[in-house]
Amino acid sequence: MSVTNRHIHGIRLPGGLSVARLRRAVRLGIRSLWLHRLRSLLTVLGIVFGVCSVISMLAIGEGASYEAQEQIKSLGSQNIILRSVKPPDSEKVSNQGRQSYVLQYGITYADVGRIRATIPGVTVILPARNIRDYVWNITRRVDCEMIGTVPWYPAMRNHRVVSGRFFTQDEMERQASVCVLGAEMVPRLFPIKSPLGRHVRVAGDYYQVIGVMEARGGAGETEGGAEQKDKSAACRMFIPLETVKLRYGEVLMRRRSGSFEAERVQLHELTVKVASLDEVINVAGAIRAVMERNHKNKDYQIDVPLEMLRRAERTKDIFNIVLGSIAAISLLVGGIGIMNIMLASVTERTREIGIRRALGARRRDIVVQFLVETVLLSGIGGIMGVLLGITIPLIVSHVAGMKTIITLWSPLLAFSISALVGVIFGIYPAVRAANMDPVEALRNE
Amino acid sequence: MTLPIVQIRNVHKTFHMGSVKVEALRGVSFEISAGEYISIMGPSGCGKSTLLNLLGCLDRPTVGHYLLGGQDVSGMDDDSLSAIRGSRLGFIFQSYNLIQQLTVLENIEIPLYYQDRPEAECRELASKLAARVGLSHRLGHKPFELSGGQQQRVAIARALVNDPLVILADEPTGNLDSASGVEILEIFDELNAQGKTLILVTHDAAVGKRARRTLRLRDGEIEHDVRH
Repeated sequence: MSVTNRHIHGIRLPGGLSVARLRRAVRLGIRSLWLHRLRSLLTVLGIVFGVCSVISMLAIGEGASYEAQEQIKSLGSQNIILRSVKPPDSEKVSNQGRQSYVLQYGITYADVGRIRATIPGVTVILPARNIRDYVWNITRRVDCEMIGTVPWYPAMRNHRVVSGRFFTQDEMERQASVCVLGAEMVPRLFPIKSPLGRHVRVAGDYYQVIGVMEARGGAGETEGGAEQKDKSAACRMFIPLETVKLRYGEVLMRRRSGSFEAERVQLHELTVKVASLDEVINVAGAIRAVMERNHKNKDYQIDVPLEMLRRAERTKDIFNIVLGSIAAISLLVGGIGIMNIMLASVTERTREIGIRRALGARRRDIVVQFLVETVLLSGIGGIMGVLLGITIPLIVSHVAGMKTIITLWSPLLAFSISALVGVIFGIYPAVRAANMDPVEALRNE
Repeated sequence: MTLPIVQIRNVHKTFHMGSVKVEALRGVSFEISAGEYISIMGPSGCGKSTLLNLLGCLDRPTVGHYLLGGQDVSGMDDDSLSAIRGSRLGFIFQSYNLIQQLTVLENIEIPLYYQDRPEAECRELASKLAARVGLSHRLGHKPFELSGGQQQRVAIARALVNDPLVILADEPTGNLDSASGVEILEIFDELNAQGKTLILVTHDAAVGKRARRTLRLRDGEIEHDVRH
């Protein structure tokens, strides 16, 4: 049409819409929304809460799963951890009243040999014996799990020594009475002075403290591990494996609530380090096969941190999908709210539409006018939601001490979805406004 | 002889109200030359409004042709009609039809707004026309702060801002007291004297008489067409 193109200024957007006209439409939209401030605010609340809840829930979820993953990673993703577990059916056997019965179960030194001999790709094997007992410093007492292990334990389990040192190969061979304390024990046994060079007593034996391990976050180091459930076992003390063998032998006596129990366990824990990360799953399968052949009753448990990590990642994915659907629903509800108000606004402004049409507005000018308003509404709602959604996790981590992580994509995604909602739910009211007959619209009182 | 700027040729307009067919216009033909001041009169239901809607390109004839400035607009699509309305026609309504949330100046600018004129130019033109109808001291006011006569003057300024071929006025004095009405009609006389073409729809004989030509409609047909 020559008439419309008589005055062309600036850049034209698709659909014969100039930038200047769009700018004016935005200004007009802002004014019209500002005119009904309270209404606009209420309309937008649905979007605000939708966006805000998505961002804050994602941030909290991300924080939680990050912590879980960090814990698993601290076990070493190249490691496979075997633990001795008391077989469930052996309980019945011991209750049959044979007094000389000694319960024998768990991982044996023979297993170590077999794994080393038959499975390729296994580099280091880390055996450990765990013994529960009280550890004393004169009158202070801590219920502790003593771990008899080998000198390369810290390197393999990503567990660092913070002060002093770990014991050496030489000390292990000499069956030296030395120990390394877990950080949790230090304030309870040595509240004032450094424990290094001092002695602790376990039953009748004294051990010299030569180092302190770093503190482990959380309650324990594995998800679902048997020891992890036992909260009092958080205190750990490390002593050379050979020393444990010398002091305790292989039969452990325990008195519990009047009953007497004897167990023969060679190794409580065995950590296998696999040379390459790709091999971990295969080696785990091979170890399972070897163990199954030699242990008829399930008296062991195999934890593969890598598998746990994968599982945690999958859980996180599911969590994100669930969150995404909640977000989608809340944004949908918000969108419907906006559409509802826009439809009311179109009806209310029928006369204005008629006037504008009579004075030269094309259908698409009316569409743009109303669509701009809706997109502004949802966009402003989106921005408010993003700000609120960033603030809430900060408050949560400050007040509740939970770790929260705001990923960059979550506010971006939430905001763009809210803007999209504006477009989708704005189209129908806008088209309805544009399709009004100008004659009818002008007659409207 | 000036070229006719409005040519209505055998125009019919039929409405379907459910199953009932209403013939609002049945074969109307007339021409209007540039600079004419014409009133369209008749009792209610005679087809005045229908004719005005057709003249204002708000509606299309069922049968027949409408040439505006030599251009046949009877078959044009909606966008082109919008463009014609915005650039070649000026509207003045009985109830002023100003947009309440906009200021006087912004109301006057609306037709230019849809023609993508630069803002500064719009502003300048609009304030010039506001001055012409004696409202330059009210530019920032909202319509509800003005009297009826003032509002109608804003509407006149708006109708003039795009320098239209034809100004269409639908009962422009219908909502006004007689003093304000006379004021408005005086502005019309003045505009006509400056060469503007005016079409005035009214059923008020006193108002109709101010025009130089009267077209009287009855039952969708032209009863008579007199110049005075």
